[in-house]
Amino acid sequence: MSKRTDSNVYTIVFAVVMVLVVGTLLATVFSLTKPTITTNQKIEKQQNILYAMGVNDNDETSANFVSTKVAQEEFSKYIKKQLVIEGDKVTENDKAYLIDVKKEQSKAKEGKTRRLALFIGEKDGKTFYVAPIRGKGLWDAIWGYVSMDKNMIVQGAYFDHKGETPGLGANIKQRFFMDDFIGEHLLDDKGNFAGITVAKGNNDPKNEDKIDNEVDAIAGATITGNGVSAMIKSDLKLYIPYFKTLKK
Amino acid sequence: MGLLSKKDAALITDPLADNNPITIQVLGICSALAITAELKASIVMALSVMAVLAIGNVVISLMRNIIPSKIRIIVQLIVVAALVIIVDLVLKAFAYELSKTLSVFVGLIITNCIIMGRFEAFALANGPWRSFLDGIGNAAGYGLILIIVGFFRELLGSGTLLGFKVLGDPIEKTGLYAMGYENNGFMLLSPMALIVVGIIIWIQRSKNTSLIEEN
Repeated sequence: MSKRTDSNVYTIVFAVVMVLVVGTLLATVFSLTKPTITTNQKIEKQQNILYAMGVNDNDETSANFVSTKVAQEEFSKYIKKQLVIEGDKVTENDKAYLIDVKKEQSKAKEGKTRRLALFIGEKDGKTFYVAPIRGKGLWDAIWGYVSMDKNMIVQGAYFDHKGETPGLGANIKQRFFMDDFIGEHLLDDKGNFAGITVAKGNNDPKNEDKIDNEVDAIAGATITGNGVSAMIKSDLKLYIPYFKTLKK
Repeated sequence: MGLLSKKDAALITDPLADNNPITIQVLGICSALAITAELKASIVMALSVMAVLAIGNVVISLMRNIIPSKIRIIVQLIVVAALVIIVDLVLKAFAYELSKTLSVFVGLIITNCIIMGRFEAFALANGPWRSFLDGIGNAAGYGLILIIVGFFRELLGSGTLLGFKVLGDPIEKTGLYAMGYENNGFMLLSPMALIVVGIIIWIQRSKNTSLIEEN
């Protein structure tokens, strides 16, 4: 075989061409698929919010969203109001579901006012208040939507993650875990905010005690579970002023 | 096999047993430990690696005469990374649900040493068709071990298979659990995967003693 592929010039030219070809290819694929991906992500957010308030296609054991085809329609049917809470100011905004919780969290870190999204849904005569939350798991981001009634009792929850371990931390998006939150109180018996702790050894695996502010943890997923507890505590706490105004 | 010549068929069957990438070459252990806590994840990972390895092997094989040997590892890395990212983007656009299941595995596929190992050891020296078969064979050998490990870890750790409660309900105390059986939570943790792989290696080498290395 010829040795032409060993020369320095050839190597450099090859590297440059390779980078150009691969770079162009990736950029092309990215820009071609971007619009579709953005739409998919929007629909997913709507599906998540609907899931948390109990509008879903769940069968006995698995968690299923309403289908992507009807998601937009169902979203406008069940979600009556989308609110943006900025300090004391509450405004309606029908793009509130697109608020990026991650960006808002870093805004709060810089000392600016964080915009909080809240979705008010109605189903079978009941009113649901759905709030987005976001935090850190073991490997990467975890996030979710929690729906509450006006006394901050959880009516439903949806959790998702970017890269938790399959079979362990990734199980936070399984029914057996998410369903445990239904009926749990976020406030303690004195009416102060306590959050919900994902607890090991709370001797309540069937989760019959709804006022203990605890749900049973997943074996082998301690850090992801702690992340869920933390994001519920830190993010839902911010909504307390709004829920207080509901009582007046 | 009439479809493949004897030599070609060996490319597929060898990695399944006597030249298995995990139990003999001890490659790809990282992902074998990380994602085998449940059977479904093992199967998904096995299929993803098969797709990437087969296509990657063909691409590298087609480029084998023009790749400068000094930077061949970098070229291989770029090929596999680009391939995986493109597949991920296309899935996100057209099969969003599936892509969410697979996204966890993307990083693990790129860094899987079996892929780089096969590019380097086989595709650089062989034609596209043989490289394709080699990719399928090695991924199958890898997937086989993953599925065996995933089967035992899910069964003994969670008492389920593919999410179905095959041993009864541990909370309601039905089935085996009524007799006092308990899930072994340790099976869910990565060290147990290493022990299961070790047991497989032990069984394999005691059946075929020619595999035992001499000191």
